[in-house]
Amino acid sequence: MELLNLFITAVFIENLALSFFLGMCTFLAISKKIETAIGLGIAVVVVQSLTVPLNNLINHYLLAEGALAWAGLPDVDLSFLGFLSFIGLIAAAVQVLEMFLDRYVPALYNALGIFLPLITVNCAILGGTLFMVERDYTFAESVVYGVGSGLGWALAIVLMAAVREKLKYADIPAGLQGLGSAFMTAGLMALGFMAFSGLKL
Amino acid sequence: MSLRDRFHRWEPHFLPGGKWERWYPLYEMVETFLYWTNQPTKSAPHVRDAIDLKRMMSYVVVALLPAVLMACYNTGYQANLAVSAFGAEKGDWRGALYLALGFSFDPESVVGNFVLGLLHFLPIYLTTLVVGGLWEVLFAIVRKHEVNEGFLVTSMLYTLTMPPNAPLWLVALGISFGVVFGKEIFGGTGKNFLNPALTGRAFLFFAYPSAMSGDTVWVAVDGYARATPLGIGASEGMAGIAQAGYTWWDAFLGFIPGSLGETSALAILIGGLFLLYTKIASWRIVAGVAIGVIVTTLLFNWFGPANNPMAAMPWYWHFAVGGLMLAMFFMATDPVSASMTQAGRWIFGLLIGFMVVLIRVANPAFPEGAMLAVLFANVWAPFIDYLVMRWHLSRRERRYVQL
Repeated sequence: MELLNLFITAVFIENLALSFFLGMCTFLAISKKIETAIGLGIAVVVVQSLTVPLNNLINHYLLAEGALAWAGLPDVDLSFLGFLSFIGLIAAAVQVLEMFLDRYVPALYNALGIFLPLITVNCAILGGTLFMVERDYTFAESVVYGVGSGLGWALAIVLMAAVREKLKYADIPAGLQGLGSAFMTAGLMALGFMAFSGLKL
Repeated sequence: MSLRDRFHRWEPHFLPGGKWERWYPLYEMVETFLYWTNQPTKSAPHVRDAIDLKRMMSYVVVALLPAVLMACYNTGYQANLAVSAFGAEKGDWRGALYLALGFSFDPESVVGNFVLGLLHFLPIYLTTLVVGGLWEVLFAIVRKHEVNEGFLVTSMLYTLTMPPNAPLWLVALGISFGVVFGKEIFGGTGKNFLNPALTGRAFLFFAYPSAMSGDTVWVAVDGYARATPLGIGASEGMAGIAQAGYTWWDAFLGFIPGSLGETSALAILIGGLFLLYTKIASWRIVAGVAIGVIVTTLLFNWFGPANNPMAAMPWYWHFAVGGLMLAMFFMATDPVSASMTQAGRWIFGLLIGFMVVLIRVANPAFPEGAMLAVLFANVWAPFIDYLVMRWHLSRRERRYVQL
């Protein structure tokens, strides 16, 4: 029950894209077509559900204060290496994913282009890991949170892409075309997602 | 000389090259509002149908009239009741004007209730019309598109969702946001993806919560607190609602405090049935919302947590209280921001019904969820349409291969 609650919280209530506005660069750049958005969404779900639990292990057994007790070093605190190790692990995971896509799903690989390597520095991914550290999730929680927050972000970008495909027929003022209207669309979508803030099951 | 001839004489001044060329959208607005257009259709498709956008929007306004009448009556009734029965003080300019007109704070007086309600409804409505209309015309002139009757519907709906005592500057701010960010930045009527009236209302709800929610804003008397049935239900459950003296018939007929036009389920039902009969509102969306509400409510009734007082509220109460009826018939069925495919409309409606009850029951932060549920479903609508179209495509592909 607790885990289910955490999952729903991660997907809807604390949606990384629409309530924390993390990962905006990819969110705005890759949301022009639904198919590509679904592809990127899946990529983010995969990366997120790999990296958050893995980083959780790293944090618990290597970095956090007293984590090295198993190696006989209970006084060592390596948490200053947090950012470095987390990003390193994310970069490695993305690299593997990229090679996998290049080999097996070349269409998606080409569609995602530069943005696939850029997932490495996507703040939604690092944000998920940092939330996990800050909230001190257990391993099970970190798995659920990784999948949930990834799904939430994927959901947001797919909805955004659908809205933007519909807005192709809109008559947006010249000064707002492109990014301007995308930002405002994201803001208005966040207004719709406010329905969940405070939800308790 | 008839008015029509006068229009014909003025017309050349507004056409390209005329001296008032800039103001053509204004001329076009007044002329097409009064008369049928004399412009033939130039390109396909040549659909012959008596129903155009203008007729459609006018029908919606007509359908809203019962709700408007009840809005005026009940707002006055609640205020008079508060003053006469509970000794509250109505000291603002409306109260003074009301007394000066020779009425007294007597909830038994039908005319008196109506006039006092009108003193609340009209200022809000006029503010909405003037401020929103100003934005509308400004965009029309600068961007050279037509002023559209859709704004009459938006302004009416927006007014009906306002608390009766809403400060007028707030009303102006909300409709400005609704019209500009909800609609005009996307190019005007038909191009937006959220319901403009609800966008403005939701903006106020989050930006000025103290003026738009709580217990003190629902009766048009300053500083007088009477919670809505939903507000009571969220904290004390059905027993609390009965204790506060609200019966189901009160709620259904509309003698409860609330936003201007949301209180009377009956008046909205009359207008809503008219919309369904004239096929302006999609019956699929309405049926979807109704089914979604009933099913979700039953699930909460059976499996809901015992410590949540709202979970026990029966479904027929859900329809009678709050803004659900107004949202179901008038907001959800907005043809622009709803799903466009037939199957998509069912899903869209079900999603709204589910979300309304979910927010009402499981979200202690907001007692009412109809507005947010519709906005949330608006965000989903294009994706629902996409999925339905994909489903159709793949079905047809399969059929093609089999032949």
